[in-house]
Amino acid sequence: MWVLLGIAVIVAGFVLRFNPLLVVVASAAVTGLAAGLDLHAIVSAFGKAFNDTRYVSVVWIVLPVIGLLERHGLQERARALIAGLKGATTGRLLTGYLLLRQITAALGLTSVAGHAQTVRPLVAPMAEAAAEVTAPLDPATRDKVKAMAAATDNVGLFFGEDIFIAIGSILLMKGFLEQQGIVLSPFDLSIWAIPTAIAAFVIHAFRLWRLDRKLAARQLGQGAGS
Amino acid sequence: MIGLPFVYTLAGLTFAAFAALSVGDSTNPKRLANAAFWGLLALSMLAGDRLGDFGNGLLVLALVGIAGLRGLGRGTGDSLVEERQAGAAKHGNRLFLLALVIPATALIGTLLFEYLPALVEPKQVTLVSLALGVILALIIGLAWLRPPALVPLEEGRRLMDAVGWAAILPQMLASLGAVFALAGVGQVVGQLMSGVIPGGSLLGAVLAYGLGMALFTMVMGNAFAAFPVMAAAIGLPLLVHQYHGDPAIIAAIGMLAGFCGTLMTPMAANFNIVPAALLDLADRNAVVKAQIGTALPLLAVNIALIWWLAFP
Repeated sequence: MWVLLGIAVIVAGFVLRFNPLLVVVASAAVTGLAAGLDLHAIVSAFGKAFNDTRYVSVVWIVLPVIGLLERHGLQERARALIAGLKGATTGRLLTGYLLLRQITAALGLTSVAGHAQTVRPLVAPMAEAAAEVTAPLDPATRDKVKAMAAATDNVGLFFGEDIFIAIGSILLMKGFLEQQGIVLSPFDLSIWAIPTAIAAFVIHAFRLWRLDRKLAARQLGQGAGS
Repeated sequence: MIGLPFVYTLAGLTFAAFAALSVGDSTNPKRLANAAFWGLLALSMLAGDRLGDFGNGLLVLALVGIAGLRGLGRGTGDSLVEERQAGAAKHGNRLFLLALVIPATALIGTLLFEYLPALVEPKQVTLVSLALGVILALIIGLAWLRPPALVPLEEGRRLMDAVGWAAILPQMLASLGAVFALAGVGQVVGQLMSGVIPGGSLLGAVLAYGLGMALFTMVMGNAFAAFPVMAAAIGLPLLVHQYHGDPAIIAAIGMLAGFCGTLMTPMAANFNIVPAALLDLADRNAVVKAQIGTALPLLAVNIALIWWLAFP
C-alpha cells in the first residue's frame, strides 16, 4: 500500500509546480524505498530504464532540419500560403489535418507527422494565419489557436493508430489476453477502434467549428468597435 | 545491419554539437549549464551501454540536478524577420518539398525496409527511417540553400534550448514507469479498484472499468501501463467472465478510454508538455486544457460503446 506514496508525490509535485524532473526523481525514490529497495538499487533501476528508453528522445534529431527550414522562411511561407487561400479558416484547416492524421495513423504511418516535424513548422503557423486573415490575434487567442493545433495532432494520432493491426497497443492487448487464455487476432481488436475513431472525429470537428465561430465573433466585435 | 546503435550515434553526435555550440552562445547567461546538460545527454546516447546501470543512474541524477536546481537558460539570438521573409519569397513553395523529405522518407522506409530484414533491423524500421530522412533532408538542404555549414546545428541548438528540460521528461517518465512496475504499484491499484465496485451491477462495473482506465492512465501518463492493471482487476474477472462480455470489444475500447486519459494529463509529457514548449506557449498546460473538451465527451462515448456493444 505504501508504494502508492510515489503517485501522491507526482500529483503534489505537479500541482505545486515544482520542476517535473525533480518530481519524477523524488517519486521514484519514494516508491522504491516504500517497496523496500535501497538507494543503490533504486538509482540502478532508474538508470537501466533510462538507458533502455533512449529511443524516446531520438526525435530531437529533426531539429537541425526544422531550424534550417525556419531560418529560410518556412513558417512565413506557410502563413502566406494560407493567407492567399479564399475560405481557409482555422477550424476547416485543422479539421482537414485531423482527418489526414487519423487516416495516415490508421495505415500505420504514425511518425510521418508530429509536434516537431509538422505542427511547429507548418500546422500551427497555418492555423494562426487563417485566423489572422480578417483580424489580428491577441497573445492569449494566438496561444489558444496554437494549443488547438497541437491538440488536433494528438487526437488524430490516438484515435487513428489503433485501427492499424501492428501498432504497439494492439499487440500489447493481444499478448495480455493470450496469457489469460483468450486467443484473438489483431484484426478482431483493431476493427473495434473504428466506432471511437468516428466519434473522435465528430466531437473534435464540432469543437473546431465552434472555435471558428468564436474567432469570427471576435473579428465582428472588433470591426463594430472600431 | 542498421539498427538502434546507428540511430543513437546520430542522436549522440547531434546532442554533442548542441553542447559545443551552447558554450559559445554569449547571449545565454546559463550557457555552461546548457552545455553540460546536452553534453550528458550526448554521453548517454553514445556510451550509455558502457556506463552500467548505476552509472546511468548517476548520469540521470546529474541531468536532473543541472536542470532542476541550477536551471537551463535561453539565448536571445534569433534569425531576423526580414531575413526569413526574404527567404520565404525567394524559395517559395519548394520549402514545403524539403519539409516533406523527412515524412516521405519515414513513409517509404517503413514500407520498404519490411522487405529488407537483412539490411535494417525489422523492429527499428521507424527510427532508422526517421534518422535516414534527417540525413537526406540535411544533404538536400545544404546543397540547395547553401547556408554556412554550422547554420543547421546552430538553429537546431536554438530550438533545443527553447524546449529545454522538457526534452527529457518523456524518457524520465518512461523510466519512472519501470520503477513503478518493479515496486508493484499496478497490482496495489488493481486490488483497490476491485474493492470499490458495487456488487451485482453491470453498469457499475463498466463505469469503473472505463473511468479506471482513464484515471490510472492520467496517473501513469500512459495507457499501456494502465491496461494490464485494469483488465486484470475488472475487465477479465467481471466484464468477461462474470457478465460474459466480448473480450475483443472490452479490451479494444477500454484501451481507447485510456487514451482519453492520455489527453488530460501532464504526465503524458511528449504529447502534452513538449508541444507547449515547442510552440512557445505561455501556459505549460495549455495543450491539456485544449484537449479536455474533446477527451471528456469521448470518454463517455467509449463507456457507452462498451455497454452497448460488448453485452448482447
